[in-house]
Amino acid sequence: MSDRGEMRVIGVARRRVDARAKVTGQTRFADDIFLPRMAYCKLLRSPHPHARIRKIDTSRAAAHPGVYLVLSGKDLPIEYGILPVSQDEQALCVDHVRHVGDPVAAVVAREELTAFEALDLIDVEYELLTTIADPEEALATPEPRIHDYGEEGNIHKRVSLEFGDVEQGFAEADEVFEDIFFYQGNTHLPIEQHASVGIKDPEGKLTIWSSTQTPHYLHRALAKVLQMPPGHIRVIATPNGGGFGGKSDPFNHEIVVAKAALLLDRPVKICLTREEVFYCHRGRHPVLTKFKTGVKKDGTITGMHLQTLIDGGAYGSYGVASTFYTGALQTTTYHIPRYKFQGCRTFTNKPPCGPKRGHGTVQPRFGQEVQLDKIAEKLSIDPADLRLRIAESSNAVTANFFRLSVVNLSECIRRVVKNSDWKDKFRKLPEGRGVGLACSAYLTGAGLPIYWNKMPHSGVHIKFDRGGGVAVFCGATEIGQGSDDVLAGIVAEVLGLDPFDIRLYTGDTDLGPVDLGSYSSRVTIMAGNAALQAAERGKGFLAEAVAEKIGVAKERLRFAGKRVFDSAAPEKGVTFAEAVCLAEARFGTIGAMGSYTPPKSPALYKGGGVGPSPTYSYTAAVVEVIVNPATGWITVPKIWIAHDIGRALNPTLVRGQVEGSVYMGLGEALMEEQEFRRLPKKLSHALVHKFPSMLEYKSPTSLDMPEVMTELIEEPDPRGPFGAKEVGQGPLLPIMPAVANAVYDAVGVRIDEVPITPEKIVKALAEKKAGREPRFGPSHFPHVDWPEALRVPPPWEGGDGHAVNEAPRPAKGSPEKEKVFSS
Amino acid sequence: MISITLPTESQKSAHIRLTLNGEETDVSFAPYKTLLEVLREDLGHTGTKHGCELGECGACAVLVEGKPVLSCLLLALECDKKNVLTVEGLGADGKLHPLQDAFADMGAAQCGYCTPAILVTAKALLDQNPNPSREQIRQALSGNLCRCTGYQQIFEAVEEAIVRIAKGNVSIEGGPSPSLQPKIPSGRLRDE
Repeated sequence: MSDRGEMRVIGVARRRVDARAKVTGQTRFADDIFLPRMAYCKLLRSPHPHARIRKIDTSRAAAHPGVYLVLSGKDLPIEYGILPVSQDEQALCVDHVRHVGDPVAAVVAREELTAFEALDLIDVEYELLTTIADPEEALATPEPRIHDYGEEGNIHKRVSLEFGDVEQGFAEADEVFEDIFFYQGNTHLPIEQHASVGIKDPEGKLTIWSSTQTPHYLHRALAKVLQMPPGHIRVIATPNGGGFGGKSDPFNHEIVVAKAALLLDRPVKICLTREEVFYCHRGRHPVLTKFKTGVKKDGTITGMHLQTLIDGGAYGSYGVASTFYTGALQTTTYHIPRYKFQGCRTFTNKPPCGPKRGHGTVQPRFGQEVQLDKIAEKLSIDPADLRLRIAESSNAVTANFFRLSVVNLSECIRRVVKNSDWKDKFRKLPEGRGVGLACSAYLTGAGLPIYWNKMPHSGVHIKFDRGGGVAVFCGATEIGQGSDDVLAGIVAEVLGLDPFDIRLYTGDTDLGPVDLGSYSSRVTIMAGNAALQAAERGKGFLAEAVAEKIGVAKERLRFAGKRVFDSAAPEKGVTFAEAVCLAEARFGTIGAMGSYTPPKSPALYKGGGVGPSPTYSYTAAVVEVIVNPATGWITVPKIWIAHDIGRALNPTLVRGQVEGSVYMGLGEALMEEQEFRRLPKKLSHALVHKFPSMLEYKSPTSLDMPEVMTELIEEPDPRGPFGAKEVGQGPLLPIMPAVANAVYDAVGVRIDEVPITPEKIVKALAEKKAGREPRFGPSHFPHVDWPEALRVPPPWEGGDGHAVNEAPRPAKGSPEKEKVFSS
Repeated sequence: MISITLPTESQKSAHIRLTLNGEETDVSFAPYKTLLEVLREDLGHTGTKHGCELGECGACAVLVEGKPVLSCLLLALECDKKNVLTVEGLGADGKLHPLQDAFADMGAAQCGYCTPAILVTAKALLDQNPNPSREQIRQALSGNLCRCTGYQQIFEAVEEAIVRIAKGNVSIEGGPSPSLQPKIPSGRLRDE
């Protein structure tokens, strides 16, 4: 690794490498692609939330002038899905629609308007089925089944894990707290609508440009559904106009335009309408959580039992992983010696839920942090002090066998306490004004890929040009987070160049080595480490050739300022371009490869594949609120946040990720809500999206955004490139519970439900006034037939990471094994 | 079912002459098309984006006669003889506009999708009021949704552009500018 003391690029706040393209409008998003002879595609979507397709007749549409092609389910029958264990989607539904917006047919026409018109000419006969609106209905309604796979009835997945005897933990506690929370679903709302362009290239192979965060997984899905050799498919992820997890699944519209382009031998484009983006969804799961937590008088946790009931929507998507994630990270922030987790995901007739920023960990984090606030009050301990007492420390292995690396949670708490004048404000502000604190942890990359394999998670190829140019090839996908800048910054630092000197070829399955995609906050650590390794290897060739030429030991050479020189005598050296020429003369054409595979996790039990990460980021936040007791209206004047980043590779971008996360968290806390309603019985009693539009789906505008004071805690983590950890997701997590805790400090009511709306506050204030429990939130957790828990003794009870009651599992790599692991 | 047959796109029966980014421009198009569609599809100006095509997100804002309008709600036919400015017309003489420059330096563009509309909207504000307050900037940009930044770096970039314009600063385009430090510093910077 380069000498950190003399870094020129890493840690410097600078303009990102792709900034000019973005501010001139030249970044080419998928819908900006216009090709000669291009045809347009539109999808016919189900108006019913749950129905059998009895008959579909496309003949009138096919005969419509200007229509080139009409496709229906029978043309693309092969099932696919992001997880190997949930291959439950069809590009166009064959005989069963599961939510309003499920596509049943596609029209490709010379003009988009013609395609739109022809949709009306497709005749579909539906047989309506009972609609299932929420998990409680799903548990009570095993028939009709939304899918014919899963645990039973409409239960998609149930998990039960116990790390130590949690009942023993409660027996040892001085106080046991039980709380139920509800976290409403919400959606990503990227400003860019999903778009894709497929072509049959001149050689007869397929190329698709698409707004996807996961070109590699799309590549696999296309090969499966189209029954084509993967080598004949090229996926190019165009820069995403916002992703946030919403463009991480392979989508039906991508498969449809690919198929249409192959059949028509002409480019085919689709761009979804905003309403259709709401139907694609894959957003935050609505989750009911129940926390039972035992504590000693000093706040030490003796045991925790968490149950989650998850509304999955109509398809599997990442749901099995999401289910595990609702119980995975509780142990990574505070020491929990005994921990039991039970999670249940059901299918419902709504657009499928999936991964949104903080994937599956956001909902239980809300409950955990609000419950801690209640515990602190009951024990008369300041909530910040309570957290400092129980915060996890560096290099710990948690009860569920996640190995932590550098942990600076305590420092984060101390910084926000200081910056916000917490001690002068908490329980001391006038009525109607309050502060709340909450913390969180998040993965720096998922420890396992989505499909079982032993290959690297990210690869980088660097090519050196005789003119001194350096090109970086990598599958990493730019979704606005700055993945291109991470690659350029790291390579420039190692080679002594300016990031602007680096050419980037990313997100293209033909050009670059595989990177699994922009999800799970994995790009900085994985593509970053791969880039670091490739750059160091390339540098090795140059150093050897230059050392020989100038007669200096290669260890003494330094790469800086576009030169390679003797660190003891800087005037003695060559330009970078000369160094490349010397190396090429000495070794032949110069290129280098690097790759990254996360370290093995000690969590060896079934289900232990979700949650391990090379390292975790930590965040603490304080939110101040002003609550109008008459209207319940909440104003947020300021937020203080501290994030344990390891090292900020480019502080300008890091700050943007922190503040963007705060913004999105505030939207979820106060207003964002994916709501559904039933049509009147005399219509169809169908379940429809309450507001599939940006006007009605409220999100914060520039007027709603408070001032944010961001502080970064930088202690380089040995696992990260130059010590860097994640920042794209973690800072979102503490915002919602901090708002809830601040509302309690302001007006003395508990809102145990997200979003925290004025209506709920007014209702809770009325309860308070009537002398009842000053609270708004769920009061009961439905009965679930939980399976027998896998019992895994924690490390301090001599556990080895295996469950003691687990049936022997087949060897790694077998199809059965593949089902165990997921994102 | 009522079948309505609309004119198709290839029936470019409408014709207007407008000044697009300072250039006299003639264009023929199907009469139902919005300014957004004509800009992107008939004039090849894809710098202007769309996020809803219903006037909700603000991503399609352009300046017509110097005022921000949502091009997805405006028929192109209404733009005959009008002066239209898009992001492609912001820079001049091969240089970035100070707003573009400041946005690039200050991290105001993350995914970059809402950026073109925010840039032209900010330009309209500065043309009218060269020294707006933070509150006035927030008001002016309140119709432009951004899902990435949390808006703060956008506000700061507009303020930075005001300073640069006042100093008569022209673009420093060419390479990255490592000299700029963020206004709200990181922990490491704070301790310095």
